[in-house]
Amino acid sequence: MAEFALPKHSKIVKGKEYHLETEAANPKKVNVYRWSPDDDENPRIDTYTIDLDQCGPMVLDALIKIKQEIDSSLTFRRSCREGICGSCSMNIDGTNTLACLKSIEDVKGDINIYPLPHMEVVKDLVPDLSKAYEQLTSVKPWLQSKTKPEDGKSRKQSPEQREKIDGLWECVLCFSCSTSCPSYWWNGDKYLGPAVLLQAYRWIADSRDENTEQRLEELEDSFKLYRCHTIMNCTKTCPKGLNPAKAIGEIKKLQLERK
Amino acid sequence: MSDYEIIDHEHDVVVVGAGGAGLRATLGMVSGGLKTACITKVFPTRSHTVAAQGGIGAALNNMGENDSWQFHMYDTVKGSDWLGDQDAIEYMCKEAIPSVTELENFGVPFSRTEDGEVYQRPFGGHTLDYGKKMARRACAAADRTGHAILHTLYQQCLKYQAEFFIEYIALDLLMDDNGKCVGVLALCMDDGKIHRFRGHQTVLATGGYGRVYFSCTSAHTCTGDGNAMVLRAGLPLQDMEFVQFHPTGVYGAGVLITEGSRGEGGYLTNSEGERFMERYAPTAKDLASRDVVSRSMTIEINEGRGVGPNKDHIFMHLEHIDPATLHMRLPGISETAKIFCGVDVTKEPIPVLPTVHYNMGGIPTNYHGEVVTRRGDDQNSVVSGLMAIGEAACVSVHGANRLGTNSLLDIVVFGRAAAQRALKTVEKGSFHAPLPKHVTDKIIARLNKIRFSKGDTSVGEIRNSMQNAMQKHAAVFRSNNSMTEGVKKVDTISKGIENIGIKDRSMIFNTDLVEALELENLMQQAIVTMKSADQRKESRGAHSHEDFPERDDKNWMKHTIMWLNDKNKTKLDYRDVHLNTLTNEVATVPPAARVY
Repeated sequence: MAEFALPKHSKIVKGKEYHLETEAANPKKVNVYRWSPDDDENPRIDTYTIDLDQCGPMVLDALIKIKQEIDSSLTFRRSCREGICGSCSMNIDGTNTLACLKSIEDVKGDINIYPLPHMEVVKDLVPDLSKAYEQLTSVKPWLQSKTKPEDGKSRKQSPEQREKIDGLWECVLCFSCSTSCPSYWWNGDKYLGPAVLLQAYRWIADSRDENTEQRLEELEDSFKLYRCHTIMNCTKTCPKGLNPAKAIGEIKKLQLERK
Repeated sequence: MSDYEIIDHEHDVVVVGAGGAGLRATLGMVSGGLKTACITKVFPTRSHTVAAQGGIGAALNNMGENDSWQFHMYDTVKGSDWLGDQDAIEYMCKEAIPSVTELENFGVPFSRTEDGEVYQRPFGGHTLDYGKKMARRACAAADRTGHAILHTLYQQCLKYQAEFFIEYIALDLLMDDNGKCVGVLALCMDDGKIHRFRGHQTVLATGGYGRVYFSCTSAHTCTGDGNAMVLRAGLPLQDMEFVQFHPTGVYGAGVLITEGSRGEGGYLTNSEGERFMERYAPTAKDLASRDVVSRSMTIEINEGRGVGPNKDHIFMHLEHIDPATLHMRLPGISETAKIFCGVDVTKEPIPVLPTVHYNMGGIPTNYHGEVVTRRGDDQNSVVSGLMAIGEAACVSVHGANRLGTNSLLDIVVFGRAAAQRALKTVEKGSFHAPLPKHVTDKIIARLNKIRFSKGDTSVGEIRNSMQNAMQKHAAVFRSNNSMTEGVKKVDTISKGIENIGIKDRSMIFNTDLVEALELENLMQQAIVTMKSADQRKESRGAHSHEDFPERDDKNWMKHTIMWLNDKNKTKLDYRDVHLNTLTNEVATVPPAARVY
């Protein structure tokens, strides 16, 4: 019988527990994934008990409170704290989302926090997104147009044309969607994933862009595009309420129309 | 010090920061053929430009009302309470038109008018005919204009294959023995290695320092790292007492609700249900300048007419506006109000409070983006090799109070100007003179002091005390007593840094270390802000002094400049306000009483 060995550091062990020093009326346990490449340890789950009466309403508030008051070595990305910069994407209570938009109240029982699934971990809750960024660059996400706008003038676009890119350009590149997609987990090296395909469609749908044909041609690939099996996790998880699955569907429809 | 591997890079230009200003500069430089490094502590689209909402000001005149850049200039000078430099303001308002058109050409998804032009909305302090009626000048992409612009600029940088160094925190400027800036030393967060970037120009585009306050709309990363590096390089910061409070931060959370919501017809009420802005600003009403609206709200609250159980905030109403308009024009803040205060904007008002939002002060520059300092009688002496743009800079186009939409404009116009200047002044591929060893050693010694600190006070504790002191003593209304006390408090708190201790000793992604470095940066700016405020004995723009309630042009129409030495001792001087215009296409706007 074949024997399988898990790669090094695959097993997550129980970590440290930090208790409240004083009694609290509203305690909550926060279980956080910890791993540092600096030592040779396995990843662990540390448990911090915090007093919700002394904490802001969002999961990011809890993480900042822990870092500020209990354990300053806890590592995560954060910036705007209002859901527009896309830094603090992570897996909270089983769902990929932005910690700054996830209300603590919505989590029943302990809060379990892990990095975005299936990405390499840099440290604790910080995933390595460099491959996802490269994939973004690969779809040439900028306006391509041979027709030059009239000198010193804006291009024209009707409100109806402009409306076609609503729900596309607002993406904050948090990659919650791509990292919730089983196809992306499996073929993340070749399948572009929902976040990047949404960006690809953003330019296909923009009336000012003239390179639609070339863009579609480059996406016509059994891996890049067609690894989407309409699982819909992307749309379900998007913390901004966008619909990457629909955008992918639109690209597939346009591919059919070309044939 | 040999425990760091130092990696050397040589470029024509080094840009520090990848917000709107840094990216616009990088784009202009790379597309013009300069070898450019853009160093940023967060991935470019995470920079705080992304959070700008309402619009970017430019007299494009798409709404058919005979707008002109001269009106825009008048509004900006008046908004600045005559502390803005009129040559720079003329430049900005004139260049606004090509700069914003370029943005559209780059692909920014602006909202559109029925005839397909860029949509423009009214904004605070922007008027037609020198204050006669409100103008529609703010070019908007719904209420996510900053996101639209930042992402587009990043996309354009990708198109030109700009060279980014992402998640690198800049430690200090490399200043040679002649006081010339020759680059910057940075820590790569990903592996803890030190990188030495050499450039013939170093462009600081590091943003504001809103995080010296407890409650601000600014991101956690807004720690003014460039400003602090300039102080440590022995150069002054200018007009640091002028801190803008945005009228409509969400009560409690502090997140921003755009002024564009009042531009689309929203208004403020007190506990009596009164539209009180009509009393304070009969013409502009809710669209008066931000300093005016924030003061009026504070007076209403102080006089017992605040709303809520503690009568400590104000209501902003949008529920009278057609839900379809709210959905089309203000989708972002509708979502923000729902998430951060559980308010359905189509049915109920949003609880709001003036919240720290923008730093008018910063690194003094001319309108090319070159850093200047005062050397004896020369008030406009250029610092060789160093530029600053965006919120980090003080050109000064905002003077004592910035108008809404002029910050997005500032970053784009002066990012572009800095690129144009560098293309003129930097010889491509030219030689970098060797750098004496002590320049790098000194910076690494400072890093090590923090990295191996073992004191018993945490970064969090000191940061909290500093933020609370600033919140209390450098507020919307200030007084001699309060500011003098504030100076003492901040001085005492700053000594706490000597006793700091960090827990994370690792090399990779050490945010404990980064936050300690940022705290030191914030603290130096807190000292300079508090002291600059304490010495200005008048009321002007955002600096509202209860003991000196009037503007005093005779004694105080001048820029404060302040140095800070390594013992945290300050030195004060002044620079004249440029009342001259740049060309004879427009006349100086003479000082007048500021009525909206």
